[in-house]
Amino acid sequence: MKITNNHYDVVIIGGGVVGCAIARELSKYKTSIAVLEKEDDVGWGISCRNSGVVHAGFNYKSGTLRAQLCVEGNQSFAKLCQELDVPYKKIGKVVVAQKKEEIRELKKLKAQGEKNKVEGLQIIDSAELKRLEPNVKGIAALYSPETAITSPYLLTIALAENALRNGVSFFLNTKVKNIVKLKNSDFRINTNKGEFTSSYVINSAGLYSDKVAHMVEKDKYRIYPCRGEYHVLDKNASWIINRLIYPVPKAGTGGLGVHFTPTIDKNILIGPSNEYIKQKDNLSTTSQIMKLLSTETQKFLPLISSRDIIRSYSGIRAKQAPPSEGGYWDFVIEESNSVNNFINLIGIESPGLASAQPIAKRVVEIINKKEKLSPNSNFNPLRKGILRFEEQDKATQKALIEKDPDYGEIICRCEKVTKKEILEAIDNPLGVKDLISIKYRSRAMMGRCQGGYCLTRIIELLREKYHLNPQDITLKGEHSSLLTGYRSDEVKIC
Amino acid sequence: MLKEKEVIIIGGGAAGLAAAVACQEKGIEDILIIERNAYLGGILNQCIHDGFGLEKFNSSLSGPEYAQKYIDQVKEKKIPFLLDSMVIDLSTQKEVTVINRQGLQHYRAKVIILAMGCRERTRGAISIPGTRPAGIYTAGVAQELINLKNYMVGQKIVILGSGDIGMIMARRLTLEGAEVVLVAEKLPYSSGLPRNINQCLYDFDIPLLLNHTVIDIKGNGRLSEVTLAEVGKRGGIIPKSKRKVACDTLLLSVGLIPENELSRQAGIVLSLITAGPEVDERGQTNVPGIFACGNVLQVHDIVDNVSLEAEYITEGILDYLQGRISESQEIKMTLGAGLRYVVPQKIFTIKDTIFSFRVNQPGKKKTLVFEEDQKLIKKKYFPRVNPAEMLRVKLSSSELKDINKLKVKLV
Repeated sequence: MKITNNHYDVVIIGGGVVGCAIARELSKYKTSIAVLEKEDDVGWGISCRNSGVVHAGFNYKSGTLRAQLCVEGNQSFAKLCQELDVPYKKIGKVVVAQKKEEIRELKKLKAQGEKNKVEGLQIIDSAELKRLEPNVKGIAALYSPETAITSPYLLTIALAENALRNGVSFFLNTKVKNIVKLKNSDFRINTNKGEFTSSYVINSAGLYSDKVAHMVEKDKYRIYPCRGEYHVLDKNASWIINRLIYPVPKAGTGGLGVHFTPTIDKNILIGPSNEYIKQKDNLSTTSQIMKLLSTETQKFLPLISSRDIIRSYSGIRAKQAPPSEGGYWDFVIEESNSVNNFINLIGIESPGLASAQPIAKRVVEIINKKEKLSPNSNFNPLRKGILRFEEQDKATQKALIEKDPDYGEIICRCEKVTKKEILEAIDNPLGVKDLISIKYRSRAMMGRCQGGYCLTRIIELLREKYHLNPQDITLKGEHSSLLTGYRSDEVKIC
Repeated sequence: MLKEKEVIIIGGGAAGLAAAVACQEKGIEDILIIERNAYLGGILNQCIHDGFGLEKFNSSLSGPEYAQKYIDQVKEKKIPFLLDSMVIDLSTQKEVTVINRQGLQHYRAKVIILAMGCRERTRGAISIPGTRPAGIYTAGVAQELINLKNYMVGQKIVILGSGDIGMIMARRLTLEGAEVVLVAEKLPYSSGLPRNINQCLYDFDIPLLLNHTVIDIKGNGRLSEVTLAEVGKRGGIIPKSKRKVACDTLLLSVGLIPENELSRQAGIVLSLITAGPEVDERGQTNVPGIFACGNVLQVHDIVDNVSLEAEYITEGILDYLQGRISESQEIKMTLGAGLRYVVPQKIFTIKDTIFSFRVNQPGKKKTLVFEEDQKLIKKKYFPRVNPAEMLRVKLSSSELKDINKLKVKLV
């Protein structure tokens, strides 16, 4: 395998949580790796728009990859998060039955889970449910102590940063146009940023994995976008639940039902809905679904009020199961039959987050079988995230300010994010300058005032750091300028 | 370590400054104002339009000029203040933790004055469906970007909500060369002051569409279009009325929320209607020694009233510090027809008391009636009432004497 300027042993298409996990996993070996991501930052697709749940694995049909990889991922998730300095909490989950018939479903789920080797599953009665979750309406529940939560975007960023540190090249804003298999059996990958060649291509393009597969092998797969909308609640409502609260999943729908997720940052998410849509990039929220979310909320948690909502958003599942059929198809993780060294990852929907690391391991195995990769002795599994000032005790906070007074300036009042943290987020290893990337990395602008207080301050810090013109400050990618310029042509302050 | 103070004022905006000056004038010496910005004056600094001070100073000042009148007095009277300093903890024991570049400082005060102001309601809080592109701002943030940072936020603008800041920004943006397409208001009447409707919208030919709201937002990078619809009598959308409006900016002026996160920490009971603390006739919250004034207590429409309210509560503060508050039986207050709220919510002692009200809907020839059972205590006639305009009425101690309960209504 030779390395020239734009030649890599492995090119990974797609910088979502799975693509980044593969990049990191591969960087444990002596290979040259490039990740091509069409957006300005990693994780902007499905990876930043889900519930952030590390599923235990009882929802999936026994014997499927989804079941197997999810259980495996769940068991090793704490270690992964520890290495990468990513928040993780094993808070547990209850699947709540409200009708007698549903108890039978709970028992089925428990049996399936046990077959999948999920630990600790218990059916609890209404009294026990009341003790665990006093505000939830239900007659019985399946309790899963192993279900955990994480921050899906911080995990994706952390995987990417650690991969970067271990030698992986990231090409952001790089959209693959077509792929050609060359005579020497290499691939030529044409992008908007020029040509790459590689020995292997890993198609980890999420919603667009069908399109990427189609570039080398016609009409093999098809991805149907299936949207899920969410509400985010004010932290003041966080006391209402302690664990993940799920309804009993309805057979045939391709989702787990509208559920209630305490996030790592102490918000609650309500959602997602489940709706096949036409366009893969239609991230709209809709009034119909908003109504549905409130109806579902009233059923399970009448204490939650619409006054608690601080934001709504949506994510899109990459489903293989067509709308006429619904439900789930298993993950596809395989080398193409007809195109050597082209590895497809298709239909990685939930539990893709929990399974990211095991999926990466499978991909490396496929390559290893063919190449006998030699270990990279310089691989460092550890990565440090941005230290959260707010989470430190008072003595540590004092010491931090003494060491660096930028810790003494709170820029985001709702989330209590200091100037130091924002400067670190601005100065991120991947060099991303979009406002949303600073938000994901620092939590600034995620609180109840949604940037009302800190937006102006962050714009100023961003301009200072990168010497940007006002119109070059973008919210999220191309054509998303926040400002149209200076107030008047006559006045220039720079 | 723990520094003791007589009075700590959280917030150096209109309310905090007026409270500080009035405290000092009443002979209270040991005051500290804590301000999170790099300057005093709060939100007044970005309000560069005029119309401030008509009541207090009998002249039409700009926001910064109005603030400066108080800043000058604070400096003249050598009232201490901290800048770039944010209060991060407030306890029921009136202990305050402040953070700034010098570190964490801990204070304890005999009296705390809450003067944190308010924040703007956002798109997320009112759940407008659609995509989430760049170009959606609350009016106050746009005002800050334009007036304090000299940036332009957009060129073709739709404003949702006819709050005062929204209307003022409609004029401001027009003067800066942007096209303000329209202002949509969900209610059948404006939530801003009549003078702003005239001076900011009608004088610039900007249409105000009552009973209209934004029901969808489009645009992937930057905002490209909003869908406007008429709101029917029962609050639902009239499907036929939907229409698309091209724009690159949506400004929201859909309400202000008193900023009471610290108050919650200190165990202060908040009103569900005003979203500010429930207070008694002195502006005192349920936590003895913690008082509230200005927009943190109730959202005001005129800054002069903020200053007056801040000055008013210092009478009670002086009584508290001198141990002169002897609580008698609570006079039960009830709210009758036509009113959204009244502040104070409770009365414990008989003194000259200023009551603030907001009405439910606009009306003409209305009378505000105070009564005990059927007995008339006081009435006041208003030729016009408007939810946008706060009403203030003073009852003297002799009028309040010997009553056990008090009902207020608008007839």
